[in-house]
Amino acid sequence: MKLLEVKNLRTYFTISQGTVKAVDDVSFDLDHGEALGIVGESGCGKTTSALSIAKLLPKEGKIVGGEILLEGKDLAKLSDEEIQKHRWNDVSICFQGAMNALNPVMKIGEQIAEAIVLHHKSSEKDAMKKAAELLELVEIPGERINNYPHEFSGGMKQRVMIAMALACDPKIIIGDEPTTALDVMVQAQILNLLERLRTEFDMGFILITHDLSILAETCDKIAVMYAGRIVEKGSSEDIFQRTGHPYTKKLIKCFPDIKGNKRMMEGIPGAPPNMLEIPPGCPFHPRCEYAEEVCRRSMPDAIERDRGHFVACHRWEVMRSER
Amino acid sequence: MSSAKSMMRKRKLKEFAGSLRRNKMAMTGTIILTIFILVAIFGPIVVPFSTLDFGDAEDMMQPPSSEHLLGTDDMGRDVLANLMSGARISLLCGFLATIISMVIGTIIGIASGYFGKAIDNVLMRFTDFFLVIPWLPLMMVLAAILGTSIWNIIFVIGITSWAGTARVVRAQTLSVKERQFVERTVSIGAGNIHIMIRHVLPNVFPLIFANTVLIAAVAITSETTLSFLGLGDTTRASWGMMLHYAFESGAASSGAWWYYLPPGLCVVLVVLSFALMGYAFDEIMNPKLKER
Repeated sequence: MKLLEVKNLRTYFTISQGTVKAVDDVSFDLDHGEALGIVGESGCGKTTSALSIAKLLPKEGKIVGGEILLEGKDLAKLSDEEIQKHRWNDVSICFQGAMNALNPVMKIGEQIAEAIVLHHKSSEKDAMKKAAELLELVEIPGERINNYPHEFSGGMKQRVMIAMALACDPKIIIGDEPTTALDVMVQAQILNLLERLRTEFDMGFILITHDLSILAETCDKIAVMYAGRIVEKGSSEDIFQRTGHPYTKKLIKCFPDIKGNKRMMEGIPGAPPNMLEIPPGCPFHPRCEYAEEVCRRSMPDAIERDRGHFVACHRWEVMRSER
Repeated sequence: MSSAKSMMRKRKLKEFAGSLRRNKMAMTGTIILTIFILVAIFGPIVVPFSTLDFGDAEDMMQPPSSEHLLGTDDMGRDVLANLMSGARISLLCGFLATIISMVIGTIIGIASGYFGKAIDNVLMRFTDFFLVIPWLPLMMVLAAILGTSIWNIIFVIGITSWAGTARVVRAQTLSVKERQFVERTVSIGAGNIHIMIRHVLPNVFPLIFANTVLIAAVAITSETTLSFLGLGDTTRASWGMMLHYAFESGAASSGAWWYYLPPGLCVVLVVLSFALMGYAFDEIMNPKLKER
């Protein structure tokens, strides 16, 4: 049995202007010790997909269809009270922007211990001891549990967030842009730390980011999202070496290649679609250089092009022949 | 490790004391208030007269002399002794009423800001009621209904002065609850009460504190006003009570300045000291107001 299987997940937001299909028919899976990267532009639904797993959606958001199977148990059907047992014990989240996710007037140790006390009903003292151990695990001296957030650097705060995510020995950690606000050196340290912990504890790891270059190093599998759908998913070799979707190709071109020839950086023309009015047919067609009549008319299905490499594009054969 | 911790705490206290010392307003306020607190505690022990030492006819309304440093009142009692025991009552009243007001204001403010929606609406309309209602008549009515004991006065002042605190706390809570650490705490399964006490309260506390100091000033004025109007505790000598008797006995028209001036000055000085400290705390705790 897979650790996590998300099947045809649909998460919609009902707002006064209409319905936003933030996540529309998304499927992916994750095994023990595996890392999955979800990449895409802002507002493409990557964070919403991940938050749906822990059912931490804002009140306007609702899972309207699909299954989230955690070791065979469907989390999508659980009530708010039932999901509480799984949050943090099974699925924990390492939040975006550690500086904001820490309470400035509360000691680091107390904030880590909070989750332990709430979930394991252990005493404050035991929880603080565990908090110190967790800090050591993320390479911060344990005696710093008595410090306040402002006494830590940005990278250390992110480590604290990771320690917090580990508090209840979860099976899956979701990292929501865990390295976004950090400089490249610290980014690498955090990613190495996450990788080490993942293999050490055999956890599943979902990394949400807009930075493809991070995924190349850390993730076994990558899913590329656009306008609430997964347009391409596969192993990281599939994505980078056998790119199958024009959007992925554009994303890759957005990053400089250190080894290759000097070339101008390319952006992707246009802007991500308004999620209230997703273009008919393939949502990417207005920005796609390969778009044809068929792209404007019908939504392409995800086709398994190679083993485990899915591409949702009418023109994928043209893409392939071009390479 | 614990020594490092206590050292850190000491350092922070020192920093706080340092910025207090640099701030002249705060320094003046603190010194005045400290003097009054010391007087309230030790004064009645030091002064050789009690507030119940009624004098004979020839002792009444006597101007200051070496025996009675501030003269005597219309019943032949020592004004200084009355003044000092009045400090006890006035300060006690100020502190306790402030605590009541702070607790009510904080609870209503946090609950209102945190829960929002219907609860917010109901609580804020309730707060508006207390905010716009003329507080003096309300206090007078309440004091008259409840009877004139010092505890009733404290209670009445406490429950009529919390509205401003509630407003300020609500506003800050609205901002704090949107911060990401609250979302994080929700995700680990913390309940509303836990979040309000452990996360929201410490973040709004500096505001409550600065506001509270200002309320203390209002509380003392209110006590004086109620007592002056004859709604105070007649069994205890407070500054308001002294002014009340001074007024009734015609001290002002008979030129007995030693009777009405000292309690009046004391009220002004104490209120001033609270106001100075309140503004200074606001400045220290709110970095945006700090002079650079």
